[in-house]
Amino acid sequence: MLIRRAPRFTSNEITDRKVYLSRREWMIGAAALTLLPGECGAATPQGEPLGATRNDGLSLKEPPTKFEAATTYNNFYEFGVNKDDPARLAHTLKPRPWTVQVDGLVHKPKTFDVDELSRLFPLEERVYALRCVEGWSMVIPWIGFPLASLLKRVEPTGQAKYVEFTTLLDPKQFPGQRASLFGFALDWPYTEGLRLDEALHPLTLLTVGMYGQVLSNQNGAPIRVVVPWKYGFKSAKSIVRIRLTSNEPPTAWNKAAPREYGFYSNVNPAVDHPRWSQATERRIGEFRRRSTLPFNGYGDQVRHLYAGMDLKKYY
Amino acid sequence: MSRRARIALKAMIWGGCLVPLATLVYWFVRDDLTANPISFVTTTLGDWTLRILLASLAMTPLRLVLGVAWPITLRRLLGLFAFFYVCVHFSVWIVLDFFFDWPRMWADILKRPYITMGMLGLLSLVPLAATSTAGMIKRLGARRWRRLHRLAYVAGVAGCVHFLWLAKVGRTDQYWYVATLVLLLGIRLGDAALRAVRRRRARRAAAVATAGIRVP
Ligand code: HEM
Repeated sequence: MLIRRAPRFTSNEITDRKVYLSRREWMIGAAALTLLPGECGAATPQGEPLGATRNDGLSLKEPPTKFEAATTYNNFYEFGVNKDDPARLAHTLKPRPWTVQVDGLVHKPKTFDVDELSRLFPLEERVYALRCVEGWSMVIPWIGFPLASLLKRVEPTGQAKYVEFTTLLDPKQFPGQRASLFGFALDWPYTEGLRLDEALHPLTLLTVGMYGQVLSNQNGAPIRVVVPWKYGFKSAKSIVRIRLTSNEPPTAWNKAAPREYGFYSNVNPAVDHPRWSQATERRIGEFRRRSTLPFNGYGDQVRHLYAGMDLKKYY
Repeated sequence: MSRRARIALKAMIWGGCLVPLATLVYWFVRDDLTANPISFVTTTLGDWTLRILLASLAMTPLRLVLGVAWPITLRRLLGLFAFFYVCVHFSVWIVLDFFFDWPRMWADILKRPYITMGMLGLLSLVPLAATSTAGMIKRLGARRWRRLHRLAYVAGVAGCVHFLWLAKVGRTDQYWYVATLVLLLGIRLGDAALRAVRRRRARRAAAVATAGIRVP
């Protein structure tokens, strides 16, 4: 069938997919895996069930996109520019062991083990809309904790105004970072950034799982940020460093094409990409285009962050 | 080339040109058109439009380089297939992508340079398809017909620019198509220059001869 039916995927089903293992049991499982030789030694825990409490207040009431679509139709240039590259090459990434360095303008810089992070903060499940700058969208049940919780723990100094995220740089694990024939590459490592107030917003989620499972490699394992009111590329994946700065950090896509990808990149149907309209989007799994909503539907929660700003200028 | 060989060649082109469409139908039946079927179908049809268009544009240069006549017999067939694919590509855009949302489509044609270029490509193929019959060649006269059919290069350029403008930063396949087009145009321009030089020489020789001066 050409037109995939909207999946009849209810919240019950999401919960059904979870086989609740205790954290301890699953840590032991992961540890056992690391002792196995060869490819298995990667101990890729993707696909492992991951428990979390559903945050209904911050969850969309729409059926999630099919898991298969969300894990095979991805933009993740570290693996390649085609939509199927991330799923095809995902096995090259080793998401454990993994640390995240949190530093810059903070009183208590610290490097966290990724598993320590998900033990420190209670995990929530939140169903968010994800709008890609290319004009398609999905609905994804993410699992994570507010970035604000982590930032508060490291205590930003008074000078901190921005947060910079850095994705892992390793051409061995990310084939897309190898030099290419025509010399094009984003300026690796991938960096993204938010204003501090955006980063502290309760919707901004540090994410370690989706669909009741540990985050799959092609979706940014082991840890990524999700900023639902901005175009997808703002939500940096496979993060190794979170740095607080006083100046607006340079960001990968903005450096590559400043006229096309602004620092803010809030979802905005009234501001077109220079080459295509942002007025509509195709929800993956649906046939007709739908109208794109300002701030991807999160206007009531985030509009105040941009009071008095000309959003055509700060696109 | 024998008549049988020509027919076999044409049959191969027919088969080859229908494979991409048949594959799309097969994937459609198997529900295997990726998570974003409409986009996938549009881009696949776009790719094949451009490939077949460039193939049809390659026939004259091929004749020039190889010094054989048979490629010319395939030119029209390939050109018509390119037109067929661009029509399907365009229809998918109208029906599946925008679902007859005329105001929005019209806005896109005017506002999106890559769509404008695509339309230019499509529109320049229309008169070529309409005048592709032997009767039309006769009616127009071979000279006028040949001149009109240089529009095929306009379509090629428009198709390549369409692709260049729609391709995301980071893609590189569009450059291969552009390089192919530049090569084909280069061969034709080189050939035209060569012929101009030869003609001028011949004219001078003729002038010299009529003036009664012996050519050394
Ligand atoms: C001679 C005419 C044309 C040629 C050679 C052509 C070729 C192409 C090619 C090569 C692509 C890129 C496929 C890819 O991404 O791999 C493409 C995409 C596309 N074309 Fe065309 N095309 C033509 C006319 C048109 C027309 C008339 C329209 C609509 C008015 C159109 C709409 C599109 C759209 C919407 C895409 C997809 C863009 C995207 O990926 O976002 N094209 N075309």
